[in-house]
Amino acid sequence: MERSSNEMQANAKLTREQHLDLYYFMQLNRQLEERMVRLFRQNKIVGGLYASLGQEAVSIGTAYALEPRDWLAPMIRNIGALLVKGFKPRDIFTQHMARYTAPTQGKDGTSHFGDLKVRHVVSPISMLGDLIPVMTGVAMAGRYLGQKIVAMTWIGDGGSSTGAFHEGLNFAATQRAPFVLVLENNQWAYSTPVAQQAPLKNFADRALAYGIASHIVDGNDVMAVYAAAKSAVEQCRAGRGPVLLEAKTMRMRGHAQHDPAEYVPQAMFDYWKTQDPIARYEAYLTEHKLWDAAKKSEIDARIERELDVDQKFAEESPMPPPELAEQGVYCDGCHTVEADWRRPKQELLPPASSVEPVWKVTDFGAFVPSAPAAIAAAGRAEKPGAKPAPTPLAEPEAAPELTEEQPLRVPFGRGPKDRAFERERLEKQEKHRKPFVKHRRDKRGKH
Amino acid sequence: MAEITMLEAIRAALFEEMERDPAVVALGEDIGVYGGAFKVTEGLLAKFGRERVIDTPISETAIVGAACGMSYLGLRPVVEMQFMDFIACCFNQVTNFVAKSHYRWGAPVPMVVRGPSGGGVHGGPFHSASPEMHFVHTPGLKVVYPSTAYDAKGLLKSAIRDNNPVLFFEHKFLYRRIKQEVPAEDFTVPIGKAAVRRPGRDLTIVSYGAMVHTSLEAAAALAAEGIEAEVIDLRSLLPLDREAILGSVRKTNKLLVVHEDTRTGGIAGEIAAIVCESAFEHLDGPIARVTGLDTPVPYAPPLEQRFLPNVEKVAAAARELAKY
Ligand SMILES: Cc1ncc(C[n+]2csc(CCOP(=O)(O)OP(=O)(O)O)c2C)c(N)n1
Ligand SMILES: [Mg+2]
Repeated sequence: MERSSNEMQANAKLTREQHLDLYYFMQLNRQLEERMVRLFRQNKIVGGLYASLGQEAVSIGTAYALEPRDWLAPMIRNIGALLVKGFKPRDIFTQHMARYTAPTQGKDGTSHFGDLKVRHVVSPISMLGDLIPVMTGVAMAGRYLGQKIVAMTWIGDGGSSTGAFHEGLNFAATQRAPFVLVLENNQWAYSTPVAQQAPLKNFADRALAYGIASHIVDGNDVMAVYAAAKSAVEQCRAGRGPVLLEAKTMRMRGHAQHDPAEYVPQAMFDYWKTQDPIARYEAYLTEHKLWDAAKKSEIDARIERELDVDQKFAEESPMPPPELAEQGVYCDGCHTVEADWRRPKQELLPPASSVEPVWKVTDFGAFVPSAPAAIAAAGRAEKPGAKPAPTPLAEPEAAPELTEEQPLRVPFGRGPKDRAFERERLEKQEKHRKPFVKHRRDKRGKH
Repeated sequence: MAEITMLEAIRAALFEEMERDPAVVALGEDIGVYGGAFKVTEGLLAKFGRERVIDTPISETAIVGAACGMSYLGLRPVVEMQFMDFIACCFNQVTNFVAKSHYRWGAPVPMVVRGPSGGGVHGGPFHSASPEMHFVHTPGLKVVYPSTAYDAKGLLKSAIRDNNPVLFFEHKFLYRRIKQEVPAEDFTVPIGKAAVRRPGRDLTIVSYGAMVHTSLEAAAALAAEGIEAEVIDLRSLLPLDREAILGSVRKTNKLLVVHEDTRTGGIAGEIAAIVCESAFEHLDGPIARVTGLDTPVPYAPPLEQRFLPNVEKVAAAARELAKY
């Protein structure tokens, strides 16, 4: 199901301008958030402040693979995706500072805003996972209207444990909706390490259970993220159904500003610091002679200028008038609801729309011995009267079991500690699984 | 004009709206080939095809979520809950995503969630509930609960054409039990407007859904005793037609609220507060209520009968009130 990386690279040809664009957006994302940290300390951010420090390549690389007609919905750490979609730093500043000039005029904060008409952005809500069914619906509606769009949203390693994740992705899969779900695995969900969310090394493996395509990408390599996202978007646009794209990355701050993240091992931060997505991309641009020091200064200066202007705008903006609180619960004609039809409506009206209301059932669901089940059956034949072996549900590849005496270990990165961890895990697994694994190999040969 | 059941009236509204506007699509469990658990959507698939009549997995959250996403692109999805009890499974989507969308960021959600609700058919604790008040307590939603075939058709059309999310409760006890002449042509019934089902001068009975019929039966019995009850059918619970309630109370000076929903937190409490705020000096007696018990809806017929309001309970409460 996965596409080869060659194919992806071929799809990911970018001009020099586009390469510099990626840098601009990543750096803008970072500098914007740095400024908001300062504003937070000055008590000018009204609510919480969440950072995407260290994850900028995920937001930027994925959103950059979309076209203007495509739709996205950001999560809290995807301010970068909003910038790519054309929102301005002032929108982010004013949202966080609860100003009347903010996209929601102070009714909601953070990245909780959108734009149905021009930028095609759906506002998230705080409840994790809920965007997945919503963006599935966006993808379905786009297809219904003949718009050839792709819908994209993000979910954290933690958010992927919700029921909405399952219902949404399963529905998208059954509908073969043009929907890209980026699973941003930043190793932590608030204070909870990823191994406590699910005993999986790769969350992308879940795609198999949904019958959809998946890909795993180095989330701190913006070119790789872009290439993978581009390929996923094209797969969707070609009508091949949803894609689950797992980006391995690291949340480099606490959950939000209030959280010093003392539960994260310092060595883990140290390791990921060496993987900083912007530093890596700067090196890439230099190595490929896509810029020089003068160009970098020019872009950095532009970012500073833009942020100066927008921050000033936000700080000088008023708070909303109190009576606004009472307005806008209902749409009382203030908005027009109109679909952008890109196909003849006649196709969707009788008689053209009429069908025979029956299911076409081709698979009667008969039991077909699969390899593991056959092994269980063979095991029974060998030892007549023995208790039938249970059908193995998971490949022995599955993650280490967490038992009481086993200290909780956090897998991270590709550093020396990680290799040690991996070795330890494999040894344990080998010891634990030996008789079973041998048994499997023996029997498989005879089939 | 043909006499049709409430179920047929709902179906007719769906057919006519889907015929009128290709932006109207239907989603739900078993609604297509099978035609829905109660056959409300029977025939829709054959006429409108699989793109417009979508048989979904058993995923209430995904169904409501996807319908919300579809509405953002200008579609008008009509979602069926197989039973309204199951709306609890997608409470979050309805109350947090859908209901707050327009207020928070100006994105209207023109969708309808409709389905069978209420007891009296021995459905037990999970197929008989009246969950409407969870949503009456949620700003941003509209909540509609027709009691007649005519209203069911007209209100469903209004709900589909509304730019806001509308929850449309269909009392399953009424589906095939009531018949009425309903015009085959296009008409709507406005959301937020109550109807006077029987005029009277001695006391006001406010009700909705199946209890309107119980209240009317009780009113007929009371009339034989010389008590003229005015029966008001709310039709919409959110927005609530305050003026209709207050106008009637100012005339009769006595109020009895009847609902099948459980007592604590039922709409009777809200109506009592409104009347106390705005028509207190017109009251000649205490505001009375006849409601479901504060229990789940039990399964065994004697238990369910105990749970439900009925003609005797309503008439008895009205007689007490009339004494003031
Ligand atoms: C359904 C739900 N439960 C709890 C929360 C509170 N909460 C907000 S963010 C968060 C952690 C999210 O972790 P993850 O999904 O990995 O995203 P990350 O913060 O790492 O980007 C929690 C528990 C929530 N927003 N939604
Ligand atoms: Mg996380």
